[in-house]
Amino acid sequence: MGQTITEKILASHAGRDRVAPGEHIWIDVDILMTHDVCGPPTIDIFKREFGESAQVWDRDKLVIMPDHYIFTADPHARRNIEILRAFATEQALPHYFDVGTSRYKGVCHIALAEEGFNRPGSVLFGTDSHTCTSGAFGLFSAGIGNSDAALIMGTGKIWVRIPETMRFVFEGELPPYLMAKDLILTVIGDIGFEGGTYCALEFTGPAVYALSVEERMTLTNMAIEAGGKNGIIEPDEKTFEYVRSRTDASFEPVYGDSDGKRILERVYDVGSMEPVVAKPHRPDNRAGVTEVTGTKLDKAYIGSCTGGKLEDFKAAAQIIKGDEVRVDTYVVPSSTEVSEAMRTTMVDGVSLWDVFVNAGCQMGHASCGACLGGPIDTFGRMQGSEVVISTTNRNFPGRMGSKEASVYLASPLTVAASALLGVIADPREVLV
Amino acid sequence: MEDFISGKAYVVGDSIDTDQIIPAKNLVYSMSDPEERKEYGRHAMSAVPSEGQGLPYGNMPLTADGEHESEYTIVIAGSNFGCGSSREHAPFSLLVAGIEAVVAESYARIFYRNSVDAGFLVPLESRVRLVDKIRTGDELEIDLSVSTLKNVTTGEDFLLNPLGDVAEILRAGNVFEYARQAGLIAD
Ligand code: SF4
Repeated sequence: MGQTITEKILASHAGRDRVAPGEHIWIDVDILMTHDVCGPPTIDIFKREFGESAQVWDRDKLVIMPDHYIFTADPHARRNIEILRAFATEQALPHYFDVGTSRYKGVCHIALAEEGFNRPGSVLFGTDSHTCTSGAFGLFSAGIGNSDAALIMGTGKIWVRIPETMRFVFEGELPPYLMAKDLILTVIGDIGFEGGTYCALEFTGPAVYALSVEERMTLTNMAIEAGGKNGIIEPDEKTFEYVRSRTDASFEPVYGDSDGKRILERVYDVGSMEPVVAKPHRPDNRAGVTEVTGTKLDKAYIGSCTGGKLEDFKAAAQIIKGDEVRVDTYVVPSSTEVSEAMRTTMVDGVSLWDVFVNAGCQMGHASCGACLGGPIDTFGRMQGSEVVISTTNRNFPGRMGSKEASVYLASPLTVAASALLGVIADPREVLV
Repeated sequence: MEDFISGKAYVVGDSIDTDQIIPAKNLVYSMSDPEERKEYGRHAMSAVPSEGQGLPYGNMPLTADGEHESEYTIVIAGSNFGCGSSREHAPFSLLVAGIEAVVAESYARIFYRNSVDAGFLVPLESRVRLVDKIRTGDELEIDLSVSTLKNVTTGEDFLLNPLGDVAEILRAGNVFEYARQAGLIAD
């Protein structure tokens, strides 16, 4: 029997020809990423275990991207940035993207792609559950905790259990009112938010390869919302083009065998799919948008690693342009690069940025923003029992800052349509 | 890791995610500072909706107002415990609150791994749903050598799934000790 792409990548990083699901093996890590929330405790553990004067295993492979609690006056959050800064100086780290400098990037998963760290065939770990996003580039990536990250910092190694693979095949041509968010929310609704626990979730099919690399990242980003260990898409020319435009580093693409073992395979015809939402308070609580149209809203939120990419704003702008939002609408670019591109990307002679400003949206700085609530003064944070529709990826109780709030997850198109009408709306009704 | 864990049960339902275990706004505190780390115990399980705190009764926070240690030792939960973010602060907050083991029907991968690799607590899987069989405050005894859980209050016995491969890491203390024993870290 052949092997899946995930098995092949993990085997090669253990110096082996093949591995079997369920095996526990030690592997070598190519890139370790951490941010301002988990970086400081990881550094603490690293020093505790390897000594005060220990050096990281390979300074070229450690990436530190503060992104979570950036634009806040909270003294503890600011202290965390100080800790990262001091560590980066002490270890002479080349890949530290400091706040308040021109190097500041924003949400780590987007910035990893932009800075060329997502290299096909490689192994990348990060202290953030959405590290699975990077798998859109045909690499193995997964989220880990601080202890595992500290072990990698000191040794470059980690143990993994080889996951079983589930495969999702998307056939057909994507209609203009659907986005990757609709596809992944449909999958999560189908298999349940623990349906993919410990598994590699592989996405393939013509409709996936027709997507831009950015949209593919939305698929892999939410693998964790079905409990997946990693999300992965085999690379193609679009992937290589993106990576080569971002880095000179070499990479070796890996492809699975056609007879690799899959414990589940589902085939979708995207032409017959519908826009969907995840209702409160679980990402697998899926409903067709038509089942909830008319639900009254207090806020709309467009941002995060899954819904704050340039393409997400381009999609939302198609609907919002020339009109006015009826509820408080927060726009938070995922990265500084996206934020700048919004100012130079023109839609009918108006910059993307101004499309939102003119529609009455409130514009935030590149960061995680209110996606995970955060300190009390976080831009766009939920208050009390507000009802919000959001392009983010989680709607557990309290996730966006208030445990009484109700969060609906949806695509940027659906969120934009809803922002205009002040109630949950079907993008098919407003797309011209 | 000791083979024998005993103490009071604290019962919650299904899909308790890491935001409910430790809300994100608390993640700014130091995990090593002896005073600040107490914040994690104070806020442990604080975002579980009140009706789900301490089943079957509800409205029983894990730690009393302002306290960082609880009177409970073992968390009993339903499926997909610890889903959501990768924050190691989640099992850590339970540890600070005095929790030594969680017994759930199933776990999210990262929470399970963090509990083991950091050596914070023992994550055990029950074979049957215990949420309806054990009440908050019941006295429990877990014997890891035979993978059993006894509800001393009611006299009922339950089987748990054996820990398997991860037992070696828990026995070593954490992933660092385990790696040292495997020769991956030079002493
Ligand atoms: S944008 Fe949200 S989901 Fe993405 S890394 Fe930040 S907090 Fe996590």
